[in-house]
Amino acid sequence: MPYDPKEPLKDRITDIGPRHYGEFLPPVIKNNKGKWLYHEITQPGVLVHVAESGEKIFSVRVGGCRLMSVEHLKEICDIADKYCDGYLRFTTRNNIEFLVQDESKLKPLIDDLKSRKFEGGSNKFPIGGTGAGVTNIVHTQGWAHCHTPAIDASGVVKAVMDGIYDEFGSMKLPAPVRVSLACCLNMCGAVHCSDIAILGIHRKPPMVDSEWIDKLCELPLAIAACPTGAIKPAKTADGKKSLEVNAERCMFCGNCYTMCAAMPLADEDGSGIAILVGGKLSNSISKPKFSKVVIPFIPNEPPRWPSTVAAVKNILDVYSKDARKYERLGDWAERIGWERFFEKTNIPFTHHLIDDYRFAYTTWRQSTQFKF
Amino acid sequence: MGKRNTPMLDELEKGPWPSFVSDIKQQAEKGKHILKEAPTDLLGVMELSYVDKVTHWKHGGIVGVFGYGGGIIGRYCDQPQEFPGVAHFHTVRVNQPSSKFYTTKFLRSLCELWEKHGSGLTNMHGSTGDIVFLGTTTDHLEPLFFEMTHELNQDLGGSGSNLRTPECCLGQSRCEFACYDTQEACDNMTHEYQDELHRPAFPYKFKFKFDGCPNGCVASIARSDMSVIGTWRDDIRIDQAAVKAYVGGEFAPNAGAYSGRDWGKFDIQKEVIDLCPTNCMSWDGSKLEINNRECVRCMHCLNVMPRALRKGLDTGASVLFGAKAPILEGAQMSTLTVPFLPMEPPFSELKELVEKVWDWWMEEGKNRERLGELIQRKTFQEFLRVTELDPDPRMVDEPRSNPYIFWKEEEVEGGWTRDIDAFRAKHQR
Repeated sequence: MPYDPKEPLKDRITDIGPRHYGEFLPPVIKNNKGKWLYHEITQPGVLVHVAESGEKIFSVRVGGCRLMSVEHLKEICDIADKYCDGYLRFTTRNNIEFLVQDESKLKPLIDDLKSRKFEGGSNKFPIGGTGAGVTNIVHTQGWAHCHTPAIDASGVVKAVMDGIYDEFGSMKLPAPVRVSLACCLNMCGAVHCSDIAILGIHRKPPMVDSEWIDKLCELPLAIAACPTGAIKPAKTADGKKSLEVNAERCMFCGNCYTMCAAMPLADEDGSGIAILVGGKLSNSISKPKFSKVVIPFIPNEPPRWPSTVAAVKNILDVYSKDARKYERLGDWAERIGWERFFEKTNIPFTHHLIDDYRFAYTTWRQSTQFKF
Repeated sequence: MGKRNTPMLDELEKGPWPSFVSDIKQQAEKGKHILKEAPTDLLGVMELSYVDKVTHWKHGGIVGVFGYGGGIIGRYCDQPQEFPGVAHFHTVRVNQPSSKFYTTKFLRSLCELWEKHGSGLTNMHGSTGDIVFLGTTTDHLEPLFFEMTHELNQDLGGSGSNLRTPECCLGQSRCEFACYDTQEACDNMTHEYQDELHRPAFPYKFKFKFDGCPNGCVASIARSDMSVIGTWRDDIRIDQAAVKAYVGGEFAPNAGAYSGRDWGKFDIQKEVIDLCPTNCMSWDGSKLEINNRECVRCMHCLNVMPRALRKGLDTGASVLFGAKAPILEGAQMSTLTVPFLPMEPPFSELKELVEKVWDWWMEEGKNRERLGELIQRKTFQEFLRVTELDPDPRMVDEPRSNPYIFWKEEEVEGGWTRDIDAFRAKHQR
């Protein structure tokens, strides 16, 4: 029975959750689950996993745009049907993995993937994203779908990935480099532990739409949303209830706008990009760590954000030349010292980079050990 | 359908990386989606943002399906007259299967469903792991949900102040490092807590993420209120012959992950022994030894020599709580709370633990206060009390350096009630 709008609750099914993953595992994976012996990356983007039974599964990893059409998805399905017995998966970082059980189909798959291009000329399925290289950038919605962004997401990612395309398809860096983008500091993309984080920030305090604010918002909630107590009640000249922002106390987090649509803060000059570096998630060798702000602001430069691309490339190049094997970007910066990081990358150190929020004191230097 | 003039976005068709602009155009031209103008108008409104350098999307309104408080995010364009195809452009979050494996049959059925009820545009996947259907109108929501549940046996994901769609790494399905079945844990916990996922009852969002080992491929330590990270308690299994094969150059170190540059011959001393964070390994030229009691399971040696070293057999997970992005008190990573928890279905210990945490958070948490912030505000000691766990030096990097201990009356001999007159009898004013 199709959906009947007259009886929306008839035969309703709820709370069934996702489909069981077991339905979607290729037979080789099903048979060897929990019994994998080792893996090898035979070339950038191509992995083989070998089980205790001796059986193998080949995976070809390709970069994908997170913003993806069903036409593209259907093409992915066609490819998986032809070479992968209809099995594939997506990775946490928006890559697509074609899972090949029959080794003879591996090379034809790779050749096929390399041959496919969008009408505009870009590659549909770049192969890579493994080992000591740059993998796909995880990102947020940006101007494609979000109400709070300071920057676009998909466009900045496209421009940056074009700029560091070679590093996606190769494994010549000192360690893996994870680049992430969040278009505002709500950080749906949680970029705060990335080797290189591209973060949208605002620099102008919210405007107050006094004509409408009392109708659109719960004023006490907007006041309570401010972490620095910069928002207080006010009245307009004609007696309407409104709010007032102490601009000097504003740290541009946008939390008030999240709570109250009548306090917009995005601005063509005020909003732009901050670059953070040196975070990691893995416990390997060193502990997980946060990314640190090294460039406080780069203007929004659509359509191709050249200054941001150049900044990422510069940091990546200097790191690549200077770091030791296995050193993640943050490990390298800590070994050489942050004073050397700024010297080597030629990035100016400004007062914006000294923490003055909640845990600030823990990041100041309380020793005489420093480098000239 | 009309074409829009998008000179700035067209610049993003150039270059080698896949172009989302080309892809949206391909959908606009060839797609069978029902909301015909949606892809074209999405490009149009994005072009306008590229000119204005500001978004043109408004705050979400309250839309959803009957009985659920999450899974759909309302979205409206602030130039609806100019871009009617995306005037209403709601997001649908669809709960992905564990580890995002698909058959083409299922993926095609999702595509067809979305062609029938939306823009034909998706996110594969959203930041929290959902399949995201990007852009539809309110009248399509109930039919879409009906067909999804009846024909695809598939449910929505989470949004708002509820349990968000749990996510896991690929775990034992294709990884030799996985210390427990992350897929099963994720699937089991998702089904157990459907009510919490669909009906907001929490102060704010709550995320589970399941990492199979301390490499942390699904970022649980940074991104989830409860991070479940695989670990083991016994010894790393060593295949000495395979170690020699790495030293002798027969096996590629790091599974070939560093092969793009000539780093010289593999040097086990320099690349493994000397980089061990606790210096618990030694190599005498023929035998690798590990003092397992001192090992902190950082994974480096296993990552470098996966054919020679394997995780132990007494496996389970460490459970950490409280990670979040900077909003509002600053970013936090999860704090180690249970060093080792068995991770066998039906995961009763884990469920018991998280339910205690939820009860406390729902009682004490302020509106929009994440668990990590509540622990900060109410103290870790209080968190231990509610989880009924004993303090353990593994929970801290170091003991406190300030002596401001909040002693409890019952901890102090004789209690706090004293007689000032008795005191004065001995001490003049």
